[in-house]
This record gives sequence, structure tokens and C-alpha cells, in this order.
Amino acid sequence: MLGTLRFAQPTNYPETTMKLPNFPKPLARFVSTLPSWPASRAFVAAGNLVAWPSLRDLDWSHVAGRRFRVQVSDLGLKLYFSVHANGFRALHNGLADVTFTATAQDFARLALRLEDPDTLFFNRRLLIEGDTDLGLTVKNMLDAVELETATAGMPVGMGRVVMKLRHLALK
Amino acid sequence: MSALLELICPAGSLPALKAAVDNGADGVYLGLKDNTNARNFSGLNFDAKALAEGIRYAHNKGVKVLMALNTYPQPDTVSRWHQAVDTAATSGLDAIILADPGLMAYARKVHPNLRLHLSVQGSATSYEAVNFYRERFGIQRAVLPRVLSLPQVENVVNNTDVEIELFGFGGLCVMVEGRCLLSSYACGDSPNTFGACSPGHAVRWQQTPKGMETRLNGVLIDRYADDEKAGYPTLCKGRFDVQGETYYALEEPTSLNSMEMLPEMARLGIAAIKIEGRQRSPAYVAQVTQVWRAAIDAVKKDMAAFKPGSFKPEAAWMAQLNKVSEGSMSTLGAYYRPWK
Repeated sequence: MLGTLRFAQPTNYPETTMKLPNFPKPLARFVSTLPSWPASRAFVAAGNLVAWPSLRDLDWSHVAGRRFRVQVSDLGLKLYFSVHANGFRALHNGLADVTFTATAQDFARLALRLEDPDTLFFNRRLLIEGDTDLGLTVKNMLDAVELETATAGMPVGMGRVVMKLRHLALK
Repeated sequence: MSALLELICPAGSLPALKAAVDNGADGVYLGLKDNTNARNFSGLNFDAKALAEGIRYAHNKGVKVLMALNTYPQPDTVSRWHQAVDTAATSGLDAIILADPGLMAYARKVHPNLRLHLSVQGSATSYEAVNFYRERFGIQRAVLPRVLSLPQVENVVNNTDVEIELFGFGGLCVMVEGRCLLSSYACGDSPNTFGACSPGHAVRWQQTPKGMETRLNGVLIDRYADDEKAGYPTLCKGRFDVQGETYYALEEPTSLNSMEMLPEMARLGIAAIKIEGRQRSPAYVAQVTQVWRAAIDAVKKDMAAFKPGSFKPEAAWMAQLNKVSEGSMSTLGAYYRPWK
């Protein structure tokens, strides 16, 4: 019945993705050699410093203690952590309740609110495996934090850098 | 002057609402954090504090705020829906969007000054149905289901005083809105009472050697090869084995995009264009609102200049919209079809 509808073809339009600077190759090679545990600890330390001040007031009750794995596909990096009342905590490799996989560039684009996760998912640039509801909950909780609140909670100067990057990418 | 092509944009969070307002929406629609609306996902939607701030922000910039209360109350929990109507009435919202006649009767009786819109979930496809809701409950706007061709929309518009709102862009469902029970076969919940077709707890994605598999309560509904674009994990957009052939038996993952029909919609006097996507992030809302604002402004600026079929949306607009579309492609859906 739907056969006579005029369905458009998959996009032939030019790619409109706004670019961020690529991760420098030598640094990427170095990162890919890192074992997970120190990398997870470094990530968690940075997260607690930069992001936690604007996230601590959220209701983490449904999320506390659940195990997250973030896989940065182009860097071969796997980060394991959980969230607790006092911040992020690094975990040793092992099982995760939910796993997010994307490139460093795409994770950065998500963090800067330049891209919508559903868009990346449709384009097969973001994979969520495991407890989908947990992944969705965190995504929606983070979406509800205003960018201004997030950057205000960052160390001096860093918020400005983030907004500047976002501004440049949107131009 | 009555409304013409108002741009109504989705908001699942306060930042999304602000993105809609800042990028040129005329109205924003939202829902509460429970199953009183059809985007009942964990962590999404508005609590009392976010609602108050959202209304303040939007009204300061002259933008309307609408609340979707578009699921069907059940006898044992109907008070939750009544409370939601009360919340809407006392919060200074501009209208509520309802599907259930019982809820309309409640709103009409308890809050006679509250403006009512008939939700797409109400599935009113004829002017008789629309006028019935007007006579009984005083609805002032109806959102038409996406099953009608534009000539059929015209027939409704020409025979009612109710403002007509059409979907412009976004997720396209199998088009029996408000009456679809498909996902309950896999999830055990009806989307019309639970408030979601595929609740997160029922969805599992897994990368396997054969491709990315999507399961709904354990039922394999699709498997994507690495080079295939993906869609939402709903039964209607799954690929199924039908007599030995595996294909999209109901609907392909694709989004509605009616932008090229904007001049015809303007000519019909369509009051508002709705953008789907309360489940999506602020980035989507900003991108889509910006593009539709530009397109509507272009059409309104010189309505007489456009003859049917002569409006060509800018390639950059269409590229932006296709990029955020399900399966990275879009369709005019039923709006354009030669048969009746």
C-alpha cells in the first residue's frame, strides 16, 4: 500500500557535520598504549575536577554504583567507572552494566552539545550496549544540565575554553 | 489575525526548551516526568521547578508553552492525569494537548479557561470528528494524524473553525496514532497508556559478528550491517521474515519531512507546524528549529510567489534535516500521494 508514496532517497546532500580539531595522531598512538586502569583513574580525576561540581546536585539514586564502560574506538581506549554521592570512581576492567562506544571526536561533540546522540546512533557512530535504560537515564540527566551551569562549575578559565570551542565548531 | 504556520518545537528538558526559544520557535511543547505523556523515558521531561523556569523563559521571549497530556488514563490512576491538568492550569501554560475525551471533559469542567488542543493521538481524521471535539469540549486546535493527503487536509480545514496543526518533521510512526498497540506484543505495555513504544528497559543493542542486533524484550527485531543506517528500536520499524523473505514489512526507518509543501500548507491556512522529538537532545532541537524557522520565514515573506510544487528548500536545510533523520532519510509521507 505504501509503495505508491513518494519516498525520498537516502541523503545525497553534502556532509554538514561541523568539525572539531582532530585528536593529534602521535598523542592518539600514545593513548592507545595505555592500560585501562590508569586511564580510568586519570579520566575519573579529570571528571571529578571538571564536571562533578555541576552534576553533584542531580538525583543519582537510580545510577549510583552502576558500572559504566566508555570505549573510545579510534584510540582503543576503555574507561571503567561508576558514580557515587561524592563523585566518579574508577573501576578495574571487568563487567559493565552499560557500554558506550564512539570515536574521541564524537564523544567530544556530544559533550559540547554539538550533536544529538540519536543522530549519531542512526548514523552508526554511537553504540550503546547493555542496560539501555541506564544509558538513556544518564543521557537524559546530562541533557537537562544547562551548559552555562556546567561551565560555571569548571576550574577558572576552562569554562571559557569550552564555550570558545563550541562557538568555533558552530561557526 | 489567526495563527498561520506557527513553529511548534519539542522540549524534553529545560536546555532543549531554551534551544527552541533561542532558535525561533513560536511555541514549545513539553511533558511531565510520568506516563501522562507519550515520551515517558527515564530522566526526560519536566519537574515543577523546570516547568516554572521554562514557562518564565519562553514567555519572556513571547514564545508559547504547551503541555502534552496525550496518553490515555486508566481507571485506577486517573487522578494523576487530573493533577497534571490542574498543574497545567495553574502554571500559566498556554494550552494542553489531549487525546482522551474523559480528560477533555475534566479540563473543560474544572478549568473552563484552559485552552485545549486535540492531540494527534486522538486520531481525528475527518472534520466531523474535529467538530465533535469542538462542540463537546471546546477544543481550539487539532493536530491531524499523518495519514491524510494534503487534499484531505484541505477538506478538513474548509469545514471547521478549529485551527489545524500538521506535523512538519521528525519521527514517523506507522500512522495509526493513538490506536497502535503493536509494541505491547513484545513489551507488554501499550504505548497509549505507558507513554512509550519501546521502553528503555525492553531494548537491547548488541554488536555481533553478523552486525548490530536490536532486541525488544529478547525478540530480535533488526540486524544492521556495518554500512546500514539505523532507526529507533520499535516493532513497526523492524525487519521480519515474511514467507521466507526478510524485509521491512511495515515501515522503513525514516523521518517525515514536509518542508517542500510549506507554501501549500500556508495557502490552506494551516495554523501550526509541529516538529517531533521530545526524546532528543538540545542539539537536535537547535538544529531543526533553526532550519524550519528559516524555511517558514522564506515562505511567509512572499506567499504569492510560490506556485504548487515550486518551493525548493535550500540544499543546506535538507542536508541538515536528513542528517538528524531516522535512517538518515526522509519522506513526504501521506501528504503527497496521488491516490485517495
